[in-house]
Amino acid sequence: MIRTEALSRRYGPLLAVDTLSFEIAPGTVLGFLGPNGAGKSTTMKMLAGFISPSAGRALVGGHDVSREPLAVKRLIGYLPEGAPGYGEMTVAGFLGFVADLRGLRGPVRRQRLATVMDRLSLGGVATQTLETLSKGFRRRVGLAQAILHDPAILILDEPTDGLDPNQKHEVRELIREMAADKTIIISTHLLEEVDALCNRVMIIGHGRLLADDTPRRLEARSRYHNAVSLRLSDPAQLADAETALAALPGVAAVECDQQRLTVLPKDGVQILPSVAELARTAGWTLAELHLESGRLDEVFRRITMDTPA
Amino acid sequence: MSAMTVVLRRELAGYFATPVAYVFLVIFLVLSATFAFYLGGFFERAQADLAAFFSFHPWLYLFLVPALSMRLWAEERKSGTIELLMTLPVTLWQAVLGKFLAAWAFTALALALTFPMWLTVNYLGEPDNGAILTAYLGSLLMAGGFLAIGACISAATRNQIIAFILTVVACFGFLLAGFPLVLDLFAGWAPDALVEAVAALSFLTHYNALSRGVIEVRDLVFFALVIGVFLYANTIVLDMKKAS
Repeated sequence: MIRTEALSRRYGPLLAVDTLSFEIAPGTVLGFLGPNGAGKSTTMKMLAGFISPSAGRALVGGHDVSREPLAVKRLIGYLPEGAPGYGEMTVAGFLGFVADLRGLRGPVRRQRLATVMDRLSLGGVATQTLETLSKGFRRRVGLAQAILHDPAILILDEPTDGLDPNQKHEVRELIREMAADKTIIISTHLLEEVDALCNRVMIIGHGRLLADDTPRRLEARSRYHNAVSLRLSDPAQLADAETALAALPGVAAVECDQQRLTVLPKDGVQILPSVAELARTAGWTLAELHLESGRLDEVFRRITMDTPA
Repeated sequence: MSAMTVVLRRELAGYFATPVAYVFLVIFLVLSATFAFYLGGFFERAQADLAAFFSFHPWLYLFLVPALSMRLWAEERKSGTIELLMTLPVTLWQAVLGKFLAAWAFTALALALTFPMWLTVNYLGEPDNGAILTAYLGSLLMAGGFLAIGACISAATRNQIIAFILTVVACFGFLLAGFPLVLDLFAGWAPDALVEAVAALSFLTHYNALSRGVIEVRDLVFFALVIGVFLYANTIVLDMKKAS
């Protein structure tokens, strides 16, 4: 559906995107991660046809973005970073404008406008101008604009930035619903969002691809993968427990953070049974005991910090 | 409806969604009439024509047209809506033409609203209405030339004030290109051919013929060329600068 070949973009002396090559199959919900300035937005802008590559090329739905920009733009729904909109226009007027440019007409136009207004709960603000809207509403108008023509491909640059937790939840629900029959790329700083939405993660730094995997497998790279985390009801037992756990076979390290002990396994060792066994024989009263699947933020930090500038 | 028409309609509606349109119209109408009656001596001339009215248009446009054109692209770049517009299925040319034509249609409206001047002169005497129509055409073409220059400069910056000032300066240069103020800059060091070429760019010279009611093809072609060249430059500047 989307393919890039050695895609590069230079801003003066700065190489924002550096020979990035990847392929995205239909049905993928791709989470685009990276520190600020890593080249996420630049890559998305190139896919959406806003800026042209300095070298390499991008193909969307079989069309070269530089050669057939209009064909690509028809296929894509794009939410630029910050969800810009014409401040003096009303919500209905703005969406109508986008519908006209998208070539929607007659009953289809009416029906699509009604659908997105309803889907993003914009009915109440339809006659308000964009500049009077809150950040959350403006972002939703941006999303409405992007999905208006029911595109096969959605490119969303930080779709939940600035939303409150409820709105974030709604937007994620919306993305999840659309994921069934669309190819979606979202960039985000929120790792829990990747966990909740994406079936593929790409981490980029300094314009280069650093990791490309499923969220599960990325989590498995964490040193917390298969770690056992426990909390004791009686803080007095904490010090003893820490020493006893560290002495267990297969345990690499024990970390103590306030009342919580995290037992890190050596590579590939399942330590949950032995930790549980130890807790029972030593007679600790456990407030909590669970197996960790890994911490994405830790993996993210390690991957993006390791790369030389 | 073509993409260009959609852009044009949005842009034109945008003028009326803010006070910009009304402020512009009122000031244009008041000043054009005031200049004609007081500075131009409309009555004192005791002639059944609108020369007193049209002779001030270049100077009115010098400040009013840049005020209209400064926001065309600078505002889109500043607010980031340019990224939205340029990722919708619309070509660079459609966007540039749509915006330019909207601004031009708006100045045409302002010009059309000066019709009481025409009624007045027809009430008082028997003017050559063909000549008046030609003068209106000349005025509109000149406004189009200024607008195209302004649109191009507006695409080069995200600051509307800078766009305004640079456009005023550029338009001033084009207005007076045939006069010593500008020509003296070139005379002496530049070859005569260049000096003549600069002189031939004078808006005022080309407009004066039209405003007297003389339709000459070269004057029409001149303004059409100016508009075409600057709109072309506009697409190039936009393509280069849109992402920065």
